Parts: sequence; C-alpha cells; structure tokens
Amino acid sequence: MARYLFSRLWQGLIAILGAVLIVFIAQRLAGDPLALLLPMDASEADFEALRVELGLDQPLLVQFFRFLQSVLVGDFGYSYQWQTPALDLILDRLPATLELAVAGLLFAIVLAIPLGVFSALYQDSWVDRVAKVFAMLGQAIPSFWIGLLLILFFAVTLNWLPAYGRGNLSHLVLPAIALGWYPVAAMTRTLRSAMLDILQSDYIRMARSVGLSERAIIWKYALRNAAVPLATMIGVYFANMLGGAFVVEVVFAWPGVGRTVVEAVFNRDFPVVQAGVILSAVVFVLVNLLVDLSYGLIDPRIRHGR
Amino acid sequence: MSTNVLEVQDLQTHLHLRRGVVKAVNQVSFSIAYGETLGLIGESGSGKTMTGLSLLGLLPRPAGRIVGGSIRLNGRELSQLNQATYAAQIRGKEIAMISQDPMTSLNPVFSIGSQVAAPIRRHRHDTDQTALALATEELHRVRVPSPALRISHFPHQFSGGMRQRVIAAMATACRPNLLIADEPTSALDVTIQVQLMDLLDQLQDESGAGLLFITHDLGVAASLCDRVAVMYAGSVVETAAVTDLYAAPAHPYTRGLLASVPRIGIKTERGRLFSIPGTPPDPLDLPMGCAFAPRCDLVKDRCHRESPPLIDKGGREIACFEVQ
Repeated sequence: MARYLFSRLWQGLIAILGAVLIVFIAQRLAGDPLALLLPMDASEADFEALRVELGLDQPLLVQFFRFLQSVLVGDFGYSYQWQTPALDLILDRLPATLELAVAGLLFAIVLAIPLGVFSALYQDSWVDRVAKVFAMLGQAIPSFWIGLLLILFFAVTLNWLPAYGRGNLSHLVLPAIALGWYPVAAMTRTLRSAMLDILQSDYIRMARSVGLSERAIIWKYALRNAAVPLATMIGVYFANMLGGAFVVEVVFAWPGVGRTVVEAVFNRDFPVVQAGVILSAVVFVLVNLLVDLSYGLIDPRIRHGR
Repeated sequence: MSTNVLEVQDLQTHLHLRRGVVKAVNQVSFSIAYGETLGLIGESGSGKTMTGLSLLGLLPRPAGRIVGGSIRLNGRELSQLNQATYAAQIRGKEIAMISQDPMTSLNPVFSIGSQVAAPIRRHRHDTDQTALALATEELHRVRVPSPALRISHFPHQFSGGMRQRVIAAMATACRPNLLIADEPTSALDVTIQVQLMDLLDQLQDESGAGLLFITHDLGVAASLCDRVAVMYAGSVVETAAVTDLYAAPAHPYTRGLLASVPRIGIKTERGRLFSIPGTPPDPLDLPMGCAFAPRCDLVKDRCHRESPPLIDKGGREIACFEVQ
C-alpha cells in the first residue's frame, strides 16, 4: 500500500508540473500583458522599462524556471487588476467552489446509488427505464440550461429557494443540482452493470445459500463490491466538477474560483489565471489521491498489494 | 417412518427461457435418511445442480420455477414457501450448500470472520462478538490453522483448500439437517480433495445430517456415498446402494456410464475408450417416452411412446421397461 501510494504521489507531482508548464506556455501565446498594464499613450521606453521589471525580456527558459521557483514558494505575483496577491484571491474563492462541488457530488451520489441498485434489481423493467431517462436528462441538458430552468421554477415561480449568491444551505440547493445532475447518468450505469455482475457471482449465491436476508445481500455484500468502480467514477467527476463549475458559478452568481479565473482570462490578469489553474491541478491530484486511498479501504486485495 | 430428513416426490422444475421451456428436473423422486449420503451423479446438464437449487429455493430468477411435486424436509413442505421464509427459516439453518468453486464463493471484500459469523448472527440472533467467537470455533472445527488470527484475514490470503474449509464452516455453522455439496471437489487438487472428503465425513458424523453429494465423478461418489441416484436428461434413471450399483449397474445408461470410466491395465476393443453412442438430447426438445431411448441398445417400440416410471426392484429403483 505504501509503495502504491508513493507511486501515485509521484505521478501526481508530474501531473502538477505538466500543468505548470502548460499554463506557462499558454500565457505566452495569449497576447502581450504590457498592452493591458500600460496606458494607451505609453512610450516605447515605458514598455521596455516594464518589460525588464517583470522579467519578460529574459529568454523563455529562464522565465520558466523563475516561474517554477516562485510557484514552489506559493508566490504567483500580484493581480494586475486588483493589486492583491493572486494566490490570496484564489484561496479566498476556493472554499466556495469546494462547497459547491462537494454538494453537487453528494447530490449525484445520493441519486445514483438507489437508481443504479434498483435498475440492476429490476433490470429492463419500468424502474430501469425511468432511471435511465432521468439520468440521461442530466447528461443531455447543459448545466447552464438546467440552472436557468431551476431558477425559473423553484426561485421565480414557486419562490422556494434563492436564485443566486452564496449564504446558507438553501443557497446551495439549486446550483448543486445543476452541477450534480450531469454525472448521475454515468454513475448509475456504472453501478448498474457492476451490480448485475456481482449479483450473478458465486459469493452472492453462497450468501443466499446460508439464508442471509436479501436486504443485507444487496446493500452490504453486493454494494461494497460495486463501490470500487463507483469510487473511480466519483473521483473523475469530482475533479470535473471542480474545473467545470464555472458555468454554474456564473449562472448562480456563485463567488467561486471558476468565475474569478474566467474574469481574469478576459482581463489578461495572468497571475490570477496561473494561480487558479495550478491550484485546480493541485486539488485535482489530491482528489485522485483520496480516491486511490479509498480503493484500499474498500478492497483488501488492493490494500495488500495484490 | 420418517427417519428420512428429505423426501422429494415427483419434483418438476422448469426453466422458462426465451427459446422455450427446459424441463430441467423431470419427475424426480428420492429420499435421504439422517446420516446418509446420497450421491447425485450424471453428466453436465443432466439436472443435478437444478435439483440442488430447487431444494434450496435458489433457482435462477425469473426463469426457474418448481411446477410440480413436493419437497419435504422433516415432513415440512418446502416447494410452495416464499423467498423471505426460505431465507429466514430454511437456508443456512435447515439446508445449506457447499458450492462448486472455492476461489469465487467467498466475498473478496469481507473478512473471513465476518462471513462465517453472518449465518450465525442471522439464525441465532447472537451479538456480533458472540457470533465472531462462535465463528472462530467453527473454523477450528473445520481445522483451519490458528483460527483466532485467521478470522481477520480476507479470502485472497487463503489457499483453495482452506477456502473450501471456510465455506464448509459457513455452511455448517448452524448445524443444518441437510447439506448439499455441489461438485465441491472438482476445483481442488487430488490430495486436497481427499482432505475435503474426510472433512465432509467428519462434519456429517458429528451432526448426523443428511448429505446430498452432487458430482460427475464416479470415483468420488463411490468412496463417499451410501447410495447413488443416477440422473439423465432431468430424470433419475436408477437409484441403488453404492456397492450394488457399481457391482451390477442395471439401467442401460448406468451401464454405459460405468463402462466409460477408463481403467488402468484393462484394454478395450481396438484400444479405444468406450463411449455411449449418440449425444444427450436437446433439453429444449426432449424425445417422447424414455429420454435415453435413442441411445439405448435394448430399445423397444414402447420406449419411444411411454416414459418408464421409477420402480422398486429388490432394494434398488430402476426406470426402464426392459430391465424391470
């Protein structure tokens, strides 16, 4: 297990380094930040002075290692737009994004587990079909559209829930549904096929042959075995939610990282974009590490390195 | 009477498949006394396993159904019981099964202790701790070394033979009156086979339970069983004490089956192994009359029209017009 984790950690570091490199290159391709920072009537000498000050006159390789060095100590520079440290700007918004992603994930899991289990138990029945249609809707409709419909129905017409902003739990409900509906289809299908396989297995027949109750067999003996493929799905989609939350953040005026980064991109606020993307990569790697750890908890064969 | 733990009378089990109805178990009758071992032998597809699953109420759903006959366990009729009652009162408590493949019959993500304790908790309503303590004793009884340590281990840490012992402990933990062993030795090495058969013998001696031993291995059946029922195409064709059957098989199919067993040192005609001519019938389309008639060397016209009933003939039962 320790060796397994170490190799995963190593892979994670390489992934983060890759993210840093991509961010660095993309930045250089995106246009000249000096044009944004200096007034329209700035002279050629002003440009040159600022270029030297920001180190943009150095060879690319030197720029990259300087960049890497500062990333390692958490120095992403100051936001061109707000004049505050870029990292602080992102770290301020990170809890809101995490909160939204976790809520969306919980919504997806709470829905996908019963849908997946029941559509396996009642394979090809109306239960199975309804579950499939419901899950497919979430995948077929873009999240911003779901978000707008939810606002229209639950916030405007029924006036049950707030339509925008972050605050108490009621603020979280609609954006979490808009974000969490998408992965329900994939999770349901993964769980359904895993359960179908497992319920045919010899060990389930063995459990039945000693008279265990059907409830224990399904929700304990079978579901725990199906949890490994489900955990993979959860890891993939949680990372996607962290990255893809910005659409929902914009629709619901949610003060998260995604929205901040999108604004920074439009304003060519490089340090904020860099901090946002690299921090997202770090969170992504951490989430995947947690998923790998959870495999070991679920399946003793992985824990014992078989 | 009723020293019989199990009496099966005219049992009929059908499998409703998309392609048609398979009469997997066709008018099967047999009984097992306390402490007795009945071997159920036949080729694959002859209905042995379906007979076992019918007794356990574990037919594949929704295809499998008992459509006729009776299964009496200690006089209690089982064939009409619902699943919840079967699970709560019969399986694991009155009837249990030792399954075919030890490598796949234990749940990979639960510890051995919790798996052996599960039927104890279920049927004796013990606390988790008591059940685990009893599970340790059960593992000791089936001679798993250092059981107190092993209960926290997982199936992948056990060899095939040890897993089969764990399965035996799980099945017999609540002292069922009837044990069904479905090809329990076919996945094991020969030396481990012998150990398992000894263990089954021991468990049966201790509990006095009846044992239904399902196998296609005539040698294993000969060494373990008191009586043998031979199945062909869903029906029992002959039942006899094991010594009688092997000494003088009566039904043409039984004779063919025993003649097919290769023997060291005995040369057959032209040096070839004997086999029964023809192939078993399509289970979706059984012939009229005796199912063995198309392959039988004693066949008469009548065999194609009527199916022969299982008739008692001097201590053995035979379903054949010619031999009766």
